[in-house]
Amino acid sequence: MVTNQAIEGSFQLIGGNFENAGNASIHLKQKLTELGIKEDVVRRASIITFEAEINVIIYAAAGWLRYYIMPQYIKIIVEDMGPGIEDIALAMQEGYSTAPEWIREMGWGAGMGLPNMKKNSDEFKIDSVVGEGTTVEMVINLTS
Amino acid sequence: MEILRATIVSAADNSDIDIQGAYSTDLMSNVLYYHAPNSVLITSLVNPQVVQTAEIAGIKIIVFTQNKKPDKDIIELANQKKIPLLITPFSMYIASGKLFQAGLHGIRNN
Repeated sequence: MVTNQAIEGSFQLIGGNFENAGNASIHLKQKLTELGIKEDVVRRASIITFEAEINVIIYAAAGWLRYYIMPQYIKIIVEDMGPGIEDIALAMQEGYSTAPEWIREMGWGAGMGLPNMKKNSDEFKIDSVVGEGTTVEMVINLTS
Repeated sequence: MEILRATIVSAADNSDIDIQGAYSTDLMSNVLYYHAPNSVLITSLVNPQVVQTAEIAGIKIIVFTQNKKPDKDIIELANQKKIPLLITPFSMYIASGKLFQAGLHGIRNN
């Protein structure tokens, strides 16, 4: 069963708060599973949400993650108040990361986050202003 | 479990699941990038995000190497998510090699 009405939700993310990392993703995963959405789509949506959560927690002071489940697609928007990204092309390269050592010790900061978000989206848009923050908008189509 | 001389630390019983492959890393983003459902994750990283990552990536068993013991919060999280946690005395390299030799191959590098 796929919904005919938009279902939306939002999560506040706090920089440095790893304890709640993954909560938005797992919430969305449950919601999509309940709606009977295909397993691979659910997994892609969970992965991009989790990567987005981790990015905000690593780099930003705070941020918002919003999702919209529509009949035709799932849209996930992540907006943060962070340092911004100076060179987006560089940040999109697999393996490029500016994460500090302690983040790497926690298993993150491998430079795979943004490339992975792009890989698992059908549409991927990123806007960033240095000193203000970054917004990432991702769409996964539900009709193939 | 015998191959790894492993002890199981979470109550979840996933013994009848069909495991299709394994992946060894300490980098959680790599798990999410090269994810394969129904696989085993071999890692020396011990924190709650390993369990969260496993759930999201569809990993069914986590093996901690070199006797690294997860704390009770991690075990509780794994129990909730029904993901068995195993501890092996072997290093990541040896543990991976033993499982590979036993016929458990790597996941497809997509």
